Amino acid sequence: MPALPAPERMIYEVFRQEKKGQPFQHAGSLIAPDAAFAEAWAREQYGRRGESAALWLVPRDAVHEVVDWADEFDLKYRRVDGYSIKARLLEARQRASDNYSEETGASAA
Amino acid sequence: MDARSEEFLAYIQSGGQVEAGDWMPDEYRQKLVKFIEMHGNSELMGVLPEREWILKAPTLQRKLALTAKVQDEVGHAQLIYRVVEDLGKPRDACLADLVSGKAKFHNVFHYPTLSWGDVGVIAWLVDAAAIISQKALLKCSYAPYARIMKKICWEESFHILHGRDVVLAMMTGTDAQRELVQEALTRWWPPLMQFHGNPIPRDEDPMYVWRIKSQGNEEARQQFLDGYVSQIWELGLTVPDRALRRRDDGVWEYTEPDWDELKSVVTGHGPRSQERLAFRRRLLDQEEWVREAVLAA
Repeated sequence: MPALPAPERMIYEVFRQEKKGQPFQHAGSLIAPDAAFAEAWAREQYGRRGESAALWLVPRDAVHEVVDWADEFDLKYRRVDGYSIKARLLEARQRASDNYSEETGASAA
Repeated sequence: MDARSEEFLAYIQSGGQVEAGDWMPDEYRQKLVKFIEMHGNSELMGVLPEREWILKAPTLQRKLALTAKVQDEVGHAQLIYRVVEDLGKPRDACLADLVSGKAKFHNVFHYPTLSWGDVGVIAWLVDAAAIISQKALLKCSYAPYARIMKKICWEESFHILHGRDVVLAMMTGTDAQRELVQEALTRWWPPLMQFHGNPIPRDEDPMYVWRIKSQGNEEARQQFLDGYVSQIWELGLTVPDRALRRRDDGVWEYTEPDWDELKSVVTGHGPRSQERLAFRRRLLDQEEWVREAVLAA
């Protein structure tokens, strides 16, 4: 028997959506020689009880992963935890109250 | 252990999870492969005791349900072997180690399925014991494994219902049917009590230390007893252990399971170990052309 051509095996990442409108979530991966087989496998694994509204099959090689979250520029001003207003707010309130006392001559006590 | 591994261990022990492409200590990777591969083997071998009853199922509906369960379990094996492949061990190598007897599979799949009563007890109680272990894997430190466990647990819940339904149908039937269930329970109780493993403290269990499992063996067994003994008793069935009782503090007491039997069975000396491995070996040879044809499509 002549040798079969070397099989092309592709890893597909499977993302499933449980209901329309919901986000797609990573569910697992599968190996298939082509997209048609990948679809057949994915339908069996993730859809045979009608548990998925939609599936995305993405060749693993096509996923461009971003993993490096360096923060050289100190980007905390983009986040709520990047602001500490407590001390400044106290100071601002104090000044406002002092100014008010000066203008009206009211006793700060 | 080097500093990087120490840091990794501290990270996963505080609930951290890792992905396939992340750095991990070799020891962790080896433990993962061993644990997950055995799980995959168990799913694949676990269909054999039930498969024998597809042709002998009492009704068409039961035949279809049992076939569906077998398909589910083989599907679980495929998902699990995929996870092992990503960790570096090819599926071919897993299957070769399985059929050569080098790799292990769960004790309960080394026993015969003598009657339809066994089919009910397996689907109900063996799957119940298994789902307790598998639910504890939803928090596994290796995230790709934890994610597929969601689907696996979801499908196992059908199996438990299917098994309970089979048992209930027989328990509401003739005396002979009730007797079949009782005999099956009596046969399956010792392997069920061995299923979660010896009561090694969890902090001495490497699978817990690396947070592959999230609970200890005895915790799992207590959870099984807590959940299922009353369900067994309420049907009028007798658990074949006179020492079995729930203490006032909620802890179950029972006769010490036979750990020597467990060890002997999982190392290939169970009543059906060699026969089932021979069957799996034959199928692997017979179906080689299918794998080749599909992969060359």
